Amino acid sequence: MKFAVIVFPGSNCDHDAYHAVKHVLGEDAELIWHKDRSLRGADAVILPGGFAHGDYLRTGAIARFSPIMQEVKAFAAAGGPVLGICNGFQILLEAGLLPGAMLRNRGLHFRCEHVHVRVEHTDTPFTAAAAPRQILRIPIAHGEGNYYAEPEVIERLERNRQVIFRYVTASGEETEAANPNGSIHNIAGITNETRNVVGLMPHPERACEPAVGSADGLVVFQSVVKALTLAPAAVSAAASVLEK
Amino acid sequence: MTEPITEAVLERHGLTREEYQRILDIMGRTPTITELGIFSVMWSEHCSYKSSRVHLKTLPTTGPRVLQGPGENAGAVDIGDGLAAVFKIESHNHPSFIEPYQGAATGVGGIIRDIFTMGARPIALLDSLRFGSLDDPLVRRTMAGVVAGIAGYGNSIGIPTVGGEIAFDESYTGNPLVNVFCLGISRADEIIKGTASGVGNPVYYVGAKTGRDGIHGATMASAEFDEKSAEKRPAVQVGDPFMEKLLLEACLEVMKTGALVGIQDMGAAGLTCSTCEMGARGNAGVEIDVALVPQRETGMTPYEIMLSESQERMLLVVKKGREAEVERIFEKWDLHAVRIGEVTADNRLRVKDRGVVVADIPNRALTDEAPVYRRPTAEPAYLAQARVLDLEELGSPAAARDVFQRVLASPTVASKRWVYRQYDHMVRTNTLVLPGMGAGVVRVKGTTRALAMSTDGNGRFVYLDPYRGAQLAVAEAARNVACAGAQPIGATDCLNFANPQRPEIMWQFAEAVRGMGDACRALGIPITGGNVSLYNETDGKGVLPTPVLGVVGLLENAERVVRRTFRAAGDVVILLGENRGELGGSEYLKVMHGLIRGKAPALDLTREAALQELLVSGAAEGLIRSAHDCAEGGLAVTLAECCFDTSLGVDANVPGVAAAAGWRDVATLFGESASRVVISVSPEHADRVLAMAAAKAVPAARIGTVGGDRIRVSVDGERVLDEPLAASEHIWSTAIEAYFERRRAVA
Repeated sequence: MKFAVIVFPGSNCDHDAYHAVKHVLGEDAELIWHKDRSLRGADAVILPGGFAHGDYLRTGAIARFSPIMQEVKAFAAAGGPVLGICNGFQILLEAGLLPGAMLRNRGLHFRCEHVHVRVEHTDTPFTAAAAPRQILRIPIAHGEGNYYAEPEVIERLERNRQVIFRYVTASGEETEAANPNGSIHNIAGITNETRNVVGLMPHPERACEPAVGSADGLVVFQSVVKALTLAPAAVSAAASVLEK
Repeated sequence: MTEPITEAVLERHGLTREEYQRILDIMGRTPTITELGIFSVMWSEHCSYKSSRVHLKTLPTTGPRVLQGPGENAGAVDIGDGLAAVFKIESHNHPSFIEPYQGAATGVGGIIRDIFTMGARPIALLDSLRFGSLDDPLVRRTMAGVVAGIAGYGNSIGIPTVGGEIAFDESYTGNPLVNVFCLGISRADEIIKGTASGVGNPVYYVGAKTGRDGIHGATMASAEFDEKSAEKRPAVQVGDPFMEKLLLEACLEVMKTGALVGIQDMGAAGLTCSTCEMGARGNAGVEIDVALVPQRETGMTPYEIMLSESQERMLLVVKKGREAEVERIFEKWDLHAVRIGEVTADNRLRVKDRGVVVADIPNRALTDEAPVYRRPTAEPAYLAQARVLDLEELGSPAAARDVFQRVLASPTVASKRWVYRQYDHMVRTNTLVLPGMGAGVVRVKGTTRALAMSTDGNGRFVYLDPYRGAQLAVAEAARNVACAGAQPIGATDCLNFANPQRPEIMWQFAEAVRGMGDACRALGIPITGGNVSLYNETDGKGVLPTPVLGVVGLLENAERVVRRTFRAAGDVVILLGENRGELGGSEYLKVMHGLIRGKAPALDLTREAALQELLVSGAAEGLIRSAHDCAEGGLAVTLAECCFDTSLGVDANVPGVAAAAGWRDVATLFGESASRVVISVSPEHADRVLAMAAAKAVPAARIGTVGGDRIRVSVDGERVLDEPLAASEHIWSTAIEAYFERRRAVA
């Protein structure tokens, strides 16, 4: 199977995501420039972290207008798996593929450190290989990861089981201290209603090899392989939309 | 262009009467104001190294691994597999005091450009910072701004800040030091130089537009500060990391085409420096028309355009006939490459304004033939008294436990987590040793190797003995790299001193360079480039003389990397090196008595080299499970730091040193003798490691065992420290944060 990693001007985790899926996971991968108009037959799309367009104006606010985003939207609408990591998550929010918005971190500082997140649900293409309520130790690196949405949106997300990752302590408790940025309900990642688009602030691609401190993030990418092997229909549907 | 050149004009340009006479001799006529401006920035201390050059020439710069020594944008060493490590350190002290955020941010931007200009992809940053006392609100503001500026630039451009160090002393209050080190990787045979050659080859300008910011930045960095320094704020540039990210990617892509002859960034002295230096290196001339330079303000004069230090700009010489290829790549990145001139045969820098010549100067007059001064030196008067340390005069020392707690809370010793947590230190997924865990170590993807790097420089030791202090800086940086298991293979230096026109400062400088050179020769580490920052003084008060050494080491097997922290209960703790209880210039004296006194620690470079060899071979064989250098705070702090972040305690018993009555414990535990490292090894390897040490004549003693939840240290069998690990760690890990959280609570 093949991953597309979108490169926006200012993306800086594009090579890391590529390395994780291509060299660690061993699947095919291709970097795709934001001005391109084709996903080149990819089976899954990753919007990587970084500072697309310098995060000027607002994180993700300019990137959503990139030509490739039309393709990403069509791919998502057809059920194709789309993962937004950090800045990629912010772009998904701006593009309307996921609900809510990001505020400055509660402490006002950029924070880079390992945190613990709990996998809340395994019925998405990016958590299918995880154990229910598995705790992952993966890094965060962001200044604006304080997830916010209107109370009714939060209520809907919770009711529909759309909160996919939550900040917890090492032993899995959902505490204030475990929340690095002030996100509502300790939300670290969410999915859309059709559960094929997932955004998260932590960086699973930075935690795919024990040598760099943790390999807990690899399960996110392994999940795609598992999900697509089990349900290839969704993929071919998405791909056929893109062939047009 | 007709402004007469008066005394006032010369003074504004920082040129002496004698220097102006030399300009007249070179030109054979009165220079235009644009020419005068060009001379003034190129002959500034910052660009010409006129006070330091005679000394820097004595440094060892060659070695079997050296691919590029000083003189280019950065140095380069061979790291095997056909790859080169390209690295350099540079200061941005003056701008960071005037405008902390932008000053630091543009410092990061500048050194990154130096690295990718060589054709290398930057993969790691380190920062060596010095500030005044954190009790001072101005210092907290400066430090918060500097840290945010480093984070703002480095995080955005996506280069991890993997390490560095921070020390505090009142002398840095009005003159913080912001030294930024960057390392990149390139193919060894694809290093690109800042050279202009090939008559008729087009000269391109690419990047941000030129504005009036930063005019005379290099001149500002070549003068002291006074109460009017805040008025110099317009001479600080504003950074745009996004623009630089585009430049970085686009330039690396252009370099791959082979269409480039040379490239240089426009840093200090902007367009002036890049044009004349590229011409001088290529033994050619460069002719440009400033009217073609993209400008973001209207009505800019040739003078302003040539002297602007607007950030994120590059100058390229392209092979004639391949222009379209290059332009296409920049367009892909939404950058506009503009042809502003061409290479000529006459070795001159010729500047035109809409075709009219406004400056025409021989390149070499601006570069190699700039003034060189052998400034007078004199041993400072303070030394005789400062070197005397009579412990008995200080009365009896506090209990070891009180000293331990005070020293752990000292910002120089305490955890820098509050700082490095604001830096993205993991992007690019190469970081093998996280900040705070030892030297910065990044793997080199596609190989089995890793690179370790450390920046060090103890201003107190240099103040007490510039020669030995500089040697200690070299030794410490190399030792830190060796602790990680890496063989030191190259160094870069950033020399931060006060006003060189004062003979005692020049003496400090000359002695420090001599010490650095001797230490690098003894340890076999070539210096491949660096930076000098003089005039670090405000209202006549200079900073502690602070040479900062950045040493790069090569780890053949990345899997064998060694960190600071203990690994397993039951492991044997070994002290390598000799404890001589030297308290001169120590953190103890500073924290407990407010003194910088005594003799800098002794250093035997032969023993130091043997120690480092032992560390590297022990790591390569997988025998050393943790290694941590004894530095500020001495053995007690080192043992504690080996425990922090592990939840493993230690039980140690060390032989007491000979000391004045009542001073045994303090001298043993808080003395800062050099060439000491605390390692831990599994019990079955202990004898083997001790035998290896003996074979290399490295003093080594089994001093304790890892385990428990306390830090227990005895001297001559007598328990003098018995602290709960968690409480000690709390002091150490929250000390710096507390200064800033307290501030927020008040605000």
